[in-house]
Amino acid sequence: MQIPVESYRLPNGLLVVLSEDHTAPIVAVNLWYHVGSANERTGRTGFAHLFEHMLFQGSANVGANEHFEFVQRAGGTLNGSTWLDRTNYYETLPSNQLALALWLEADRMGRLLPAMTQPKLDTQRDVVKNERRWSVDNQPYGTWWEKLPALCFPPEHPFHHSLIGSMDDLDAASLEDIAEFFRTYYTPDNAVLTIAGDFPAAEAKRLVEEYFGPIARGRGKPALPDMSVPFSFGGALREVVPDACALPRVFVASRMPVLGTDEYYAASVCSAILGLRTGSRFERSLVRQQRIASSASCFTFDLAKGADLFVADVTALPDVSPERLEAAVHAELDRVQRDGVTDHEVQRAIALTETHFVTSLQSASERADQLSRFATYFGDASLVNEQPARYRAVTAEHVSAFAREYLTAENRATLMYVPIEEPSDADAADVEVAA
Amino acid sequence: MSASAERAVADSAEFPSAAPRPEPGVVRPYHFPSFQTRILPNGLRVVVAPVHAHPVVTVLAVVEAGATRDPLGKHGLAVLTGRALAEGTVNMSALELAERVETLGTVLDTGADWDSSIVQLTALRERAGDAFAVLAEVLRRPSFPADEMQRLAEERLSDLTQIRADARGLADVALNRLLYASTSRFARLAGGDERSIPTITRDDVVRFHAEHFVPEATALLVVGDCSVEEAVQMATQHLGDWSGTAEPVPAPDASVRFTDCRIHLVAKPDAQQTELRLGHVAVPRAHPDYFPLVVMNAILGGLFSSRLNLNLREKHGYTYGAHSTFDWRRAASPFELSSAVQTDKCADAVREALHEVRRMREEKVSDEELSLAVSYLDGVFPIRFETTAAIAGGLANVEIFRLPSNYFDSYRERVRAVSADDVLRAARTHLDPAKLQIVVVGPPDALQSPLEALGVGPVTVHAPTDELFADD
Repeated sequence: MQIPVESYRLPNGLLVVLSEDHTAPIVAVNLWYHVGSANERTGRTGFAHLFEHMLFQGSANVGANEHFEFVQRAGGTLNGSTWLDRTNYYETLPSNQLALALWLEADRMGRLLPAMTQPKLDTQRDVVKNERRWSVDNQPYGTWWEKLPALCFPPEHPFHHSLIGSMDDLDAASLEDIAEFFRTYYTPDNAVLTIAGDFPAAEAKRLVEEYFGPIARGRGKPALPDMSVPFSFGGALREVVPDACALPRVFVASRMPVLGTDEYYAASVCSAILGLRTGSRFERSLVRQQRIASSASCFTFDLAKGADLFVADVTALPDVSPERLEAAVHAELDRVQRDGVTDHEVQRAIALTETHFVTSLQSASERADQLSRFATYFGDASLVNEQPARYRAVTAEHVSAFAREYLTAENRATLMYVPIEEPSDADAADVEVAA
Repeated sequence: MSASAERAVADSAEFPSAAPRPEPGVVRPYHFPSFQTRILPNGLRVVVAPVHAHPVVTVLAVVEAGATRDPLGKHGLAVLTGRALAEGTVNMSALELAERVETLGTVLDTGADWDSSIVQLTALRERAGDAFAVLAEVLRRPSFPADEMQRLAEERLSDLTQIRADARGLADVALNRLLYASTSRFARLAGGDERSIPTITRDDVVRFHAEHFVPEATALLVVGDCSVEEAVQMATQHLGDWSGTAEPVPAPDASVRFTDCRIHLVAKPDAQQTELRLGHVAVPRAHPDYFPLVVMNAILGGLFSSRLNLNLREKHGYTYGAHSTFDWRRAASPFELSSAVQTDKCADAVREALHEVRRMREEKVSDEELSLAVSYLDGVFPIRFETTAAIAGGLANVEIFRLPSNYFDSYRERVRAVSADDVLRAARTHLDPAKLQIVVVGPPDALQSPLEALGVGPVTVHAPTDELFADD
């Protein structure tokens, strides 16, 4: 399966990717800005994400909350998300509404600041604090996605600090910070605009030129510091987190080469062999044979700068101690590191990856997001079409070599969640289970 | 709300001027994929929607074997049976089955909800025939190995432990527990609890499967790069000699627990935020007011720009989000408002949520609100059905809820026909603030007095283990 791809740049630096497909009268508009929490300055953790919220608060010609209203009134869906090194904004609409989506995105890329006010910032700060409480603080294990990068990258590294941010830093964010961040990072030369679905290319190009053409190129953004780190922690790292959770859960992360490298594809296949679906090693061994885990998976973080992370994520069954779980996960990592994998395991992993690739690209929004992703990280959206071949090129030898080199004991950071004892509840639960 | 009243961080003059907001172009037609229904001699309904855009095929078997069919005291039997379907067949152990399915590049999805059980997979076209054969075997000849059944029961108990530690899980469980009378199956978890799970034996599972997994009670949906003839041929080859007759599904007891508004405070002293639910039992999915209710809900709490979200999130910043929904079932279904709010604003959030529910009943929605909801539901319709799995899911609803076969063809017309009067009538008939059960999960010391001071109903404090999970 090949996705059609046409790419070009506007004189102001905006990279435009078009992918026509007239299957259904639907069009997806997707913008990636090459900025994320890694670009935040000291004392402003969480700012990139707070800023993403502000992009839905209107722009010079769009009132507060009208961005949502216009798109939904047009019959479209929309959202945005912030990651360590990028932020994306996306809409999927009936194809006759393409112009509206482009106009809205251009208005906030070109004219955000006239709509930014203190009351809006104060409200979104409260919303984001409640998002933090909801997704991190008030959820069992919710802190893992800030604790794991913090454990795996040194304090001065741009991936070390929290993406959602601390309450204190959120409090400190000002309107001046908004203006500065906008002028530095929300510029056409720091963005990729992808349009996927049912549209005539000539009409799309005309609209892009009309709406985005007049927006001035940026003054350049400060370079990120050198993000390379050794592919080893130089010894096992370990952090124990007492948490308001019911069952122990262990994460083990290893540093590995970044997204797009040959090692990345070997790692991705290795993660599927260890921890994707019922036929995986973790499921066979930890869940079914040893019966110590209630769930077990393995994945890559998909970071494109410095180092990526290979992560095992395993939750205990009741009455299994955190130490026993931890030892069993490390034993599986030892085994693959020492003995490698078989051809058959590789074939299973690749077959699952291939089907997932084709089924997910049925959605225009997903096609657009993948095109933006490869265009942002590698300057070439058409790399999407090479993904199945990159996976098919992976052999058992590649995966075994990856495991041998990167899943060593010296390159493992263990983050272990341990339930805080709550005597009354725990006792009651034991009695009920036994009854 | 006027943005210009506040001083902005920068003046417009600094930025390039904008073209006017564009008008929409000409709408391109969309039709829900056409499908054909063939009934095999054994009563199996085969529904096929050929969609050739991508080289994939989704096969979804829907069986009238939902949790409403659980025998008394065996709560969780249907869900356990559904999960256990993936644990092996008479010809393959659990791991051999997984190996077979995953080497075909697919994932076997099995399970049950209130009204049905499902077995589903999506495969690349060239592997669809092999995948279909596996699905048919799973449907007809599961082996329910004793040791795997034991493991599934243990995993369910483990899930319950996790639900109890999670404020969201607690809130959802408590609401359903409190909406329905203790005689109703709906008052118990679909997946069963600590009392019921240990009483379920392998024989129960085998019997449940034998009684309910029969061709007469099954619809097989085939969507994707596959012709009607190919699909019917596969169904005939693998399921043509499947036999058995179905008992009609009895109407479940959907009686309510309380007739007055009450606040149920579930104590979670360590909570960093308060999970909030408001709900009451409303109407079955097949109710004639379905379309006015869907539009009403979009305006009240279904859309980002809904009254509830604009009030609780965008006006007050109490929460990251506030929503409302109908949890549709064949029987009278719950209507629910949900949010997670800052603990010190919980009472304010309850007051505002109640205000929004009352307002739906007191005055007609504005033309602006009505047109937003209607044009959203109308316009988003094609976007809901981009994938073969989404189309199969849509067709499964037609089967489960016994909707007319032209349901999707007339859907947009029926949405567009809803008027502000219809919305008001639907709200007055089917929303009742005086019957709302309000569930609050958070630190009791901070919540109890402000909630009592609201004066909307008696406040009862529960421990998380209080009768919420176990049988009475």
